[in-house]
Amino acid sequence: MSFENKFKTQVQKLYQRLILGFGIIVLSVFALIYIVLNPYSLQKSPDESEIVDITTEQEDLIENGIHIATGFVDANGLTEVIQNCTNCHSAKLVTQNRMTKEGWVATIRWMQETQNLWDLGKNEEIIVNYLATNYAPDKKGRRDILTDIDWYTLEE
Amino acid sequence: MNRRRFISQTSLTSLATLLGADIVFGHKIPEGYTPIALQDPDPFKLFNKDTEMSILNNKPWNIEAKAHLLDEKITSNKYMFVRNNGLIPENIDAKNWTLTIDGESVSKSKTYTLEELKSKFQHYTYQLTLECGGNGRSEFNPPAKGNQWTVGAVSCANWTGVRLKDVLQDLGFKSNAVYIGYHAADIHLSRNPEKEPISRGVPMEKALQDETLLAFQMNGKDIPLAHGYPLRLIAGGWPASASGKWVNRISIRDKVHDGAKMTGTSYRVPCEPVAPGEKVVDEDMCIIESMPVKSLITYPKSGAIIKKGKALNIRGHAWAGELEVQNMEYSIDFGSTWHSCALQKPVNRLAWQHFSASIDHFPKKGYYEVWARAKDSRGKSQPMLLPGWNPKGYLNNACHRIAIKVT
Repeated sequence: MSFENKFKTQVQKLYQRLILGFGIIVLSVFALIYIVLNPYSLQKSPDESEIVDITTEQEDLIENGIHIATGFVDANGLTEVIQNCTNCHSAKLVTQNRMTKEGWVATIRWMQETQNLWDLGKNEEIIVNYLATNYAPDKKGRRDILTDIDWYTLEE
Repeated sequence: MNRRRFISQTSLTSLATLLGADIVFGHKIPEGYTPIALQDPDPFKLFNKDTEMSILNNKPWNIEAKAHLLDEKITSNKYMFVRNNGLIPENIDAKNWTLTIDGESVSKSKTYTLEELKSKFQHYTYQLTLECGGNGRSEFNPPAKGNQWTVGAVSCANWTGVRLKDVLQDLGFKSNAVYIGYHAADIHLSRNPEKEPISRGVPMEKALQDETLLAFQMNGKDIPLAHGYPLRLIAGGWPASASGKWVNRISIRDKVHDGAKMTGTSYRVPCEPVAPGEKVVDEDMCIIESMPVKSLITYPKSGAIIKKGKALNIRGHAWAGELEVQNMEYSIDFGSTWHSCALQKPVNRLAWQHFSASIDHFPKKGYYEVWARAKDSRGKSQPMLLPGWNPKGYLNNACHRIAIKVT
């Protein structure tokens, strides 16, 4: 190979490398601009069927018939109860109580008279039925047997 | 813009609004993660409570102890029950805290700064029993509505402050005074500033007792936030709701105070006994004053297994509202026979008393229950079954029971 040819080849190689280098820089700049503008573009894109708001999904999670976020029994009226009964107090104030239909209605009236609870309209029947069905009094006597005993060996 | 991006961006914006600041690197928050500032706080850390305490309610906060957690002679904060009717006040400024005394039976209302109260009046410290009126509610049948307290809504800490009577006498009040009612900085659950979550009080006679304090310290330190920082009214031996937290105003009334939770069925029981489940009209409900005689076995924890022939040492506390506990007994045969416990005198009036016994007469191997019952200075004992049913499930002083196995 003549010196001239060798020189040409070298220039061509250099030229190619320069083009490649500039190309990478230009592409990187574009990519960077794209990432800045679209911060989620690098995350793994899920299947179409999974495109849901995860917060909502967790809020709706039901396990073994219990609505996980609130602890309420999953039954007819759950939505109305969550919407109307957990704004001011937690669900725990409901789920630790047991009342008859009459008792739940009286509690709602008391909250309306003294605690700023709104008129429940046609939801009242749905809510009262839900509560009286799922949080009804258990039959118990004048004194229960001791339950949930955690046995352990006492060393002294 | 696709749905996913729309949702994530709106939630980021709303998160930023809630926090009152931009979330730097917000786009890098993994999905489903809530910033710590917005998570449900850990109540045990938030209030410095032992993790064995039971959370009954998180809005409003209601937390109770278990019997064995109350073994200390002086209850420390980590084992003290929390009973709130509303939301804990936000942004308390103790430096500029004031207490206003007003009402029909005051000629001219007066405002004291917290510093004035501390510097002008003599300080007193008493160990005082505070028990929630609804302690034991969970056992009533038919069930009563409200937080389902078991046995742990009671405490006996040292409270330091000035006597309410010294302050009331400094200001002067008319001879027609009947009751005092407190007002406080807590927030109604509906966040309506016009409404008070709770505003109760006591008759003048109780208000003027030596042990009724305007307290600023609990167990020698500033009162913890959940227990009324920076100023709490303490009326030991009465339903703990009479001991208003975050107090900023006291009204001297010429009638029975009619604030929130003084009227209707709140902290009231039927004036005359009723059958379980019976309807009672508001006019026939009477305000609870002194709490009844009661006791707790705080050692050992229920469920202890001991070897045949070994003695079982038990101990606990007993209290009787305005009265003193006269004697203390235990039974291991379901109340057939009773045996005396050693019982100490209270360190001061309205403090709980400590009892102990050594049980070495388990006749054979098997399952036992140790029952404890206290008798007050007027001869009234704790019942073994539930006491008189009442619509709101107050005043359950049935004897405490623990399970024991002898092997």
